[in-house]
Amino acid sequence: MDKTIAQATVSVDQEGYLTDFSQWNKEIGTEIAKEQGIEMTDKHWAIIDYIQQKFKEEEPLSIRGIKKSGVIDIKEFYALFPGGPLKKATMIAGIPKPKSCI
Amino acid sequence: MCPKLTIVIFADLPFEYFYQSKSHNLDIMKNLVILGAGTAGTMMANHLIGKLPKDEWKITIVDQYKTHYYQPGFLFLPFDIYTTDQVKKKGSKFIPKDARYIQEKIELIVPEENKVQLEKGEELPYDILIIATGTKIAPEEVEGMKGPEWHKSVFDFYTYEGAKALRDKFREWKGGKLVVHITEMPIKCPVAPLEFAFLADSYFKNKGMRDKVDITFVTPLGGAFTKPKATQALHHLLTDKGIKEVTDFNIERVDYENNKIIDYAETEVPYDILVTVPTNMGDALIERSGLGDDLNYVPTNKATLQTEAHENIFALGDATNLPASKAGSVAHFEAEILTENILRYIKGEPLKEEFDGHANCFIETGDGKALLIDFNYTHEPVEGTFPFPGVGPLNLLKESRMNHMGKLAFRWIYWNMLIKGIHIPFVSATMSEKGKHFEETEA
Repeated sequence: MDKTIAQATVSVDQEGYLTDFSQWNKEIGTEIAKEQGIEMTDKHWAIIDYIQQKFKEEEPLSIRGIKKSGVIDIKEFYALFPGGPLKKATMIAGIPKPKSCI
Repeated sequence: MCPKLTIVIFADLPFEYFYQSKSHNLDIMKNLVILGAGTAGTMMANHLIGKLPKDEWKITIVDQYKTHYYQPGFLFLPFDIYTTDQVKKKGSKFIPKDARYIQEKIELIVPEENKVQLEKGEELPYDILIIATGTKIAPEEVEGMKGPEWHKSVFDFYTYEGAKALRDKFREWKGGKLVVHITEMPIKCPVAPLEFAFLADSYFKNKGMRDKVDITFVTPLGGAFTKPKATQALHHLLTDKGIKEVTDFNIERVDYENNKIIDYAETEVPYDILVTVPTNMGDALIERSGLGDDLNYVPTNKATLQTEAHENIFALGDATNLPASKAGSVAHFEAEILTENILRYIKGEPLKEEFDGHANCFIETGDGKALLIDFNYTHEPVEGTFPFPGVGPLNLLKESRMNHMGKLAFRWIYWNMLIKGIHIPFVSATMSEKGKHFEETEA
């Protein structure tokens, strides 16, 4: 379905995840973050960059991977994206929600 | 004269002479090496021994352990349903006698030189390598887990030792908080922790002390299982049995001094007995050889089972990074397809892209009943009948006594058919869509 975010029309799934990453821009990310009650800072963007990079390289995302990345420690990750950090960060990053492993 | 004579003699010999003498020459014999003699490796040895010409191929299988465990039995051991003798046998019993069986630790795989180094220095050259080194628990990955309370109040049931220690603890336990916990995905047999919770409910009921035991199921997932339809069914069962659920719990540490587990969001779950499924990782050999991902699993083509990095190295079972369940049934279906692909590879034919992620698991739900689920990469478990469409006798995604009998019968099938590479009638390697109610899932 279509949704207007930051004056742009983007397609999202039922949970609000962008279905086409090419429609994403920083303004859209900022707006989604606001809807999640998150005010974006440089620290937030650093992790979003990392997540998008992994997505482009088609590498699966996991808490373990983030821990190993050295970009952020997991406590901080939880503090930046309270609730479900990976679920929220991927939504802001404009990529699909990570599939739970088998 | 001499050269002439030689020519005459050779000319008189039949063609077969050259062919056979060449093939019997050990230097020219080709080597297929299998690493790991667990469920997957043993099955591959048994499949291939009858298919590869003995005068051309030498099959070697390496495993450092002497005992072959029936791992699904570890679920029953803590509840005194199986005895220790029912879950272990001597590994050599199941290795085909024409294969060379080496019981030694593997030091390194050197793909650039097509060889495997063993701990005591022997080198095994290979033309084809099959990695079946499985997965193991890594409790040291979480702070406090493998501390002084390991196998005292903090247990695993994925090892023989853990399951046995838990059995002894349960025999004398007077009750309290029992927490069944998954550290992170993926894990071997993802339904096992749920089954454990169900069986605990029924075990303590039978002991007449269920009211003294508080059971909580703690998972990093958003629900009881990884597949939505099955999660719904399993969630109801948890509720019916009075088992609490804590979801989205990403453990940071075990506070063994104060008996609680704590996650990154500072959520705490107290326990008297913690039964955890620690992080699962591929063998350290894979890491040493530079062949694995973050969790030491080997990146493998999910349809052909050839490894991504080397065309003469194949992998199956729990050792791969495939997005399929890490379960014996998956290894069984993979083995049938991989056998065919090895034969194709030898002939220089294109590999069959056939593996569809097919998994088939019984889920013990306690009180002598079980569920059965059948699924693959693209289809989640649904309701229906198995293996005969519309007939059964097993019901998919529904509790029944027949399913439980099926699970118990499976131990016999495992020891007598499965690892020996004997095809199980009516059960195909790829998933059948017949007799299943897919339309109901999509609704």
